[in-house]
Amino acid sequence: MAIVGPSGCGKTSLLSIVAGLLPFEEGKVVIDGRPVHGPGIDRAVVFQHASLLPWRTVTGNVRYGMELQQRFDNATMKQRTEYFTKLVGLHGFERHFPSELSGGMQQRTNLARALAADPVVLLMDEPFAALDAQTREFMQAELLKIWAEARKTVLFITHQINEAVYLADRVAVLSSRPGRLKNVFQVPFGRPRTLSLKRDPKFLEIEDEIWKLIEEEERK
Amino acid sequence: MKPNDSFYKRNEGWILGSIALILVLAVWEFVWEMHWISPLFFSGPSAVAAKFKESLTEGTLLSDMAFSGRNFAVGFLLASAVGIILGILFGWYRWLRLLTNPFVNGLYAMPRIAMVPMIILWFGIGMKSKVYVVFLFAVFPILVNTIAGVKALDPDLLRAARAYCATDWQIFKTVALPGSVPFILTGISQGISLGLIGVVIGEMFGGSEGVGFMVAYGGQSFQTDTMFVGVIVISGAGILFTWLAERLERRFSRWKPEH
Repeated sequence: MAIVGPSGCGKTSLLSIVAGLLPFEEGKVVIDGRPVHGPGIDRAVVFQHASLLPWRTVTGNVRYGMELQQRFDNATMKQRTEYFTKLVGLHGFERHFPSELSGGMQQRTNLARALAADPVVLLMDEPFAALDAQTREFMQAELLKIWAEARKTVLFITHQINEAVYLADRVAVLSSRPGRLKNVFQVPFGRPRTLSLKRDPKFLEIEDEIWKLIEEEERK
Repeated sequence: MKPNDSFYKRNEGWILGSIALILVLAVWEFVWEMHWISPLFFSGPSAVAAKFKESLTEGTLLSDMAFSGRNFAVGFLLASAVGIILGILFGWYRWLRLLTNPFVNGLYAMPRIAMVPMIILWFGIGMKSKVYVVFLFAVFPILVNTIAGVKALDPDLLRAARAYCATDWQIFKTVALPGSVPFILTGISQGISLGLIGVVIGEMFGGSEGVGFMVAYGGQSFQTDTMFVGVIVISGAGILFTWLAERLERRFSRWKPEH
């Protein structure tokens, strides 16, 4: 599930509310039948800024989320840290500090930290927005591969329409202030998907349709 | 620094520094030997060295150093403990910081030497007042730097920790403390230099023991060589402690990008 919308419509606020980091006034957030009150172990966030502890190595950072949640014993934490570090492609960089990593690698660490915490829902807040265009394309393809392994429900916030269509099964469009649900698009493509999908006429058609909707909103 | 640099290139700092030092000492000694300086007002390297050896064998120097060293150590450790604990509290709780701000800033800006007579009035001229003078000099840089360190914590890191259900204690242990360590160490290093000033000043204001007293007494009784021995011991301690603090700082900033 991806959420797109005009800038300033509250995409990130929505995600923060689901994460339990922001209080909300109306409505309810329900995950697996349980209402959300504050942060919980059923959710993990991949932040827009990597938000890694600069004094911890990759291993220490991947472990960090699990350490705080105290769900696993030491041996399990160690094993999961190793597994997810490899899964996101950081094998060989375990002992590096964040300052020694590129932006893309920092985001991989950020992702591994969230996956290792074993959430029911993975919340991703424009995780590739701060990366350069090439790295972003590459990371999108990587994310699909990782998703195929980890199989988590993902709530993905982005302002890039083609990113949303490329990654998600459903794309929700929010209206501009106040951010209300405008429409939900089903993405008809199967998986695995490759980057060439972005040149598919059907893909461009959906992208165009969503773009028009957002443009309409922006002009209001 | 490349490994195949010549011996001179690799040790340029040491070599030039030593040459300058030796040169100055040689000229000074020459002028002293020629009796161009009155021993009433200044001393020479050989005289200071002789005095140093004499007071060392007599044991007066060692007992003075022990007295000053102990006062410095107790006062400085007290200042570190109080400065770090209060600094973290004031940095973390905004209302507490705002409440204490006028006192912290006022006392930090005030020349602390102005309070020494009052401390002597309260605690006498014995060991107790010396310890408090050291404490007073050393505590503020540690406190102020620790507050700055906690305030400078990256809000993204705090948010991330909260998202993973961190308790306050976990946030303190994993984010607040390690994040402010570089600032705390800067405070400690400044606290050392100021604490050393404190221990000397405390002894100059009163008492009959210690390296600071030695300097003051040497000056008052025209024993310039005794005075210089004291000055050299104090500078030596300053250089040694600053070096130790720098080592400690480097040990804790391995994760920082190459500077």
